[in-house]
Order: sequence, then C-alpha cells, then structure tokens
Amino acid sequence: MDLFKALSKKRSRLLELWMQYQLADISLREDLMENEELRAQSEELLDAFLKAVTDKNVENVDDPTYEPIIEILSGISISRARQGYSPKETGNYVFSLRDAILQVWQAEFSNDLAVLFAATLKLNKLFDNLGIITFETFIKGREEVILRQTDEISEISTPVIRVWDNILALPIIGTLDSSRTQIVMENLLQQIVDTGSSIAILDISGVPAVDSLVAQHLLKTVAATRLMGAECIISGIRPEIAQTVVHLGIDLSNIITKATLASALKQAYNMLQLEVRKVQK
Amino acid sequence: MIVVLNKESIPIDKEQDVVLFRNRVKEYTIKIGMGVVNQTKLITAASELVRNILKYAGKGTVLIEIISSGRQNGIRLVFSDKGPGISDVPLAMKDGFSTGKSLGLGLPGARRLVNEFDIKSTVGKGTTVTILKWKNG
Repeated sequence: MDLFKALSKKRSRLLELWMQYQLADISLREDLMENEELRAQSEELLDAFLKAVTDKNVENVDDPTYEPIIEILSGISISRARQGYSPKETGNYVFSLRDAILQVWQAEFSNDLAVLFAATLKLNKLFDNLGIITFETFIKGREEVILRQTDEISEISTPVIRVWDNILALPIIGTLDSSRTQIVMENLLQQIVDTGSSIAILDISGVPAVDSLVAQHLLKTVAATRLMGAECIISGIRPEIAQTVVHLGIDLSNIITKATLASALKQAYNMLQLEVRKVQK
Repeated sequence: MIVVLNKESIPIDKEQDVVLFRNRVKEYTIKIGMGVVNQTKLITAASELVRNILKYAGKGTVLIEIISSGRQNGIRLVFSDKGPGISDVPLAMKDGFSTGKSLGLGLPGARRLVNEFDIKSTVGKGTTVTILKWKNG
C-alpha cells in the first residue's frame, strides 16, 4: 500500500486542511500576504509535492524528482524573507502541510498502524529536510538584503558643505578606508576649485577610531588641499582620540586641529578676518 | 596568575572584517567596564594589527579573551597569521620603519597603546602578536 500515492486522491481535502492549519496559526501574517495569494502559493507547492513524492523516493531528497519542489520552496522562502517574514513563520508554513497530511492518513489508515507508523517516520524525515531547505534559502535571501545594504552604506557619499563664502566643511562619518578617502579627496578638491574657497574644515567627529592608516589618509588629504592653495582645519577630535593619536606617535602638529566644528569655524573666520558680532540696537 | 574567563575567535579575511572586529572588541571592553580612553587605545591598537594582517598576510585570525588576574580584569588579543613573517622584528618595531609605504607606526604605536605586547615571527611561517590591556591599565 502506497500511502503517498493515496494522497493524490485527497488533494482538495489536503489543501483545505492545510489552509485551515495556516489560518488557525496565531503567527499568520495577514498584514504581509492576502489569504488568496497564500492559497495560490500553497496550491502550487502542494501540487508539486503530490506529483514528486512517492514511496520510493521519499527518503532521498537529492533525487531529481524533488527539484521542482525545492525550486518552488526556495522561491517562496526568498520572497518571504524579502516581505519580512520571520524564519519561524516560513518554517511553520511548511510544517503545517505535514500536519495536514498526517491528519488525512490518520483518517484513512488507522486500521493498519504498522504501515501508518512507517510512513509517518519517512514523512517526518522528509519534512525535516524541506524545513532545512527553507531555512537555508531564507538566510540566503536575508544575506542578499544585507549585502545590498552594505553597498548602499558604502555609497553614502561624503557631502561637501559650503558653510560661508570661502569656507567649506566636510563631515566624515564612519571609517576612512582607502576608497572612501579617494572619494572624499576628489569631492573636496573639486569643490575648492568650483567655489574658490580658501579654507576647508574636515570634521572627524563621526570617525570611530583614528589609527595610523586613517591618520595617513587625513594627512594626504590635507597635503593635497594645501597644494591647491587652500588651508585645512581638522575638527572634532575627541579627548580619547587625542590621547590615542599621541601614543601612536602620529605627528599632526603641522595641521590646525580643533576640538569642535564651532571652534574650527571661529578659526576660519579669524583667518579670513571676519568677525561675528551681536547687532547693537 | 591569569585566568581566562571568556574567549572567542574571529576570522579576518577582508577589509569589512576590520569594522566588524573592532565592534566586537568594543563590546568586550564595555562588558568588563573599561573606560572610554582605554577602550579607544585598545581598539586602535587592535585596528593597527588587524590591518597588518590584511596587508601583509592577506588573512588570519584573532582570538579575543577576557582575562582576570587577582582583582584586575583585562582583554587579551592574539593576532595570528600564516603570512610571510617579519625578517627583522626589532627593526619593524622602530618608529617610522615600513616595508609597505605606510607611516610605520602600526607596530610601535600599538605597543605604546597597550600594557603588554609580544611579537613572534618566523619568516615564511607567519606572525603572532599578543596584546593585553588591563581595565585600569
């Protein structure tokens, strides 16, 4: 007696039961997917499942006949990852099909417990494998999201801000690596030409750690700015950064450095012989 | 006597790992309640050494340990790689010496930032650098 074959005749009953299980599940996400869409998705997976699984290949998920199931399952898993489902919800979705199958079998074959038990064991193993596949593809889907975000973060360009006539400010946030420095330097030098500015303020308040590589990049940027005939002020040096830079032995004494952007701006005004005053009324 | 309370090994094989690793070290320093100055010193030293791994050896691993000695807590980091090794360690420890067009402050700077510093290197075999920073050191 092939219990898996017998399932094909019970297709509509299975689908109905499966949908019942899914709808009864408290973790059902009606906010993320319409019930009709869920039904269509389930129907597709169920059809593939009924078509592929027989008593002979049930123990071998690597069998080519499983490819359609795995493909559909991976697709569902990845799209659910993007839609914001948790892996538990996707896992439950697959496991609830097993519950439906077990219920159908129980109603049909309860008179032959030995056969039912053997088939149940096989079914459990199969669903363990299918569950693992959903998790694997789920993680893959999430990893894609992470990779895309990483790209986006690294693309956040560093804007050059014109704070006053002849004064540019450049807030640097995050780690200064070689490629970032290149972008920063290009932007800055271009802006110096475009605006004819004579002072550039590099603010490193948002740089978490200044090691010798970051310092070297800063020194290069300052040197290039000077070659363009502009002066560079580095601001946003926190106390702990100052101590660390001294211990590292980095010589920043040739550069004008300030603790805050405000004092750097003040210095810039001084250099341009500008004065900020309260208006006397 | 030094007791290891917690250890974790982190593989380093690409530039993005630097930030990840630094954040991990930061979590540990916060866990043992290290002050912000010592935190920054340790993280900067770690950053120097991990960049050395990437630059000269390509990849390696770092072992992060929370250690305890008497009433002192601290963090020990062991950087190991199977890179080309350093032929003249005393020279490499000198300020301003670099074979790679950098400032040459990585190794000597890192030594000044931590409480204990140890370097072992065999040409062709690889390099192991161990640094230790006490919570109040």
